[in-house]
Amino acid sequence: MSQPTPPPAQWPEVAHAALAQTLPIALGYMPVGMAYGVLAGKAGLDALNVLAMSVLVYAGSAQLVAVGLFASGASAAALVVTTLAINLRHLLFSAAMAPLLAGWRKRELAFFAFELTDESFALHAARFGRGERDKRLTLSINVMAQSAWVGGTALGVALGDVLGDGRAMALDFALPGMFLALLAGQLKSRSHAAAALVGAALSLGAAAWGVSGFGTLGAGLVGAACGMGVERWRAGQPS
Amino acid sequence: MESRTAFLTIAAMAVVTYATRSGPLLFLAGRTLPAAVIRFLAHVPAAVLAALAAVSLLRPEGRLDVGPDNLILWAGLLAFALALKTKGFFGPVALGMLLVAAGRWPWGG
Repeated sequence: MSQPTPPPAQWPEVAHAALAQTLPIALGYMPVGMAYGVLAGKAGLDALNVLAMSVLVYAGSAQLVAVGLFASGASAAALVVTTLAINLRHLLFSAAMAPLLAGWRKRELAFFAFELTDESFALHAARFGRGERDKRLTLSINVMAQSAWVGGTALGVALGDVLGDGRAMALDFALPGMFLALLAGQLKSRSHAAAALVGAALSLGAAAWGVSGFGTLGAGLVGAACGMGVERWRAGQPS
Repeated sequence: MESRTAFLTIAAMAVVTYATRSGPLLFLAGRTLPAAVIRFLAHVPAAVLAALAAVSLLRPEGRLDVGPDNLILWAGLLAFALALKTKGFFGPVALGMLLVAAGRWPWGG
């Protein structure tokens, strides 16, 4: 964690480094992917569509919410709009990655963006902060993380009858657990803690009013602005 | 929903998701952002992740629940404490899953 590692030169080294860095996320993605696979199968989606969602959409919380909507017979429009609302937060992650990926070609950015998730964003933001900017390693981590997600989904589809709803194995804790572990890594200063507190409070308020998806975006925007305000205020204080 | 319609819906879900992920990155890449914007963006992950975590811990079934039966909340708090202490990723997730699974185990029943 302390020293920037030099960029790997050969593919085997890249793959090894990517595997080592992806493993914690992959171990988290597998149970959530399994939970999604189990629930999506029970919602009446056929196996190919269950897998297609993990390959094409690749967004844990949106996919789990979509499964509930598919099961309840919601319209296609409701599914698409809800997915958009839940994933609006990615606008902020995408904007935050832009300065870090300066110099990348458009097609590389386009590929990177396809696999930008809460978890991969947090991992890459930390890596780039340590000076680890190797492009192949960055993209390899993304591909491996999504492979774990799709693999977990396939397991969930295959073992759906054995796993029940997955609650006995606490599969429903894996996603909140990942959010918490990522959050802990982001609390680098009091201003970041302030951003988190405001974000948490606002999202709970928004959820109480039934606006979870847009609520997360709003909570993120206002929370980050408050964090920046605290940082400025502290910078103006005598030390 | 019929299989083909379901696939087209999933494809549309993929398009809107990709738009949120790629839009700012492709638009802002190569531009020099003001220092204030960069400071703002540096606080985004903490705010968004806390927003996601708070709702999933305190409203696991879609309604506010701070009672002793909300295993996700109590296991989550212990997992979060471990994550703060160790800065680890999988250890806290595994601890939380273990605690929740243990809490749901039909002990003696």
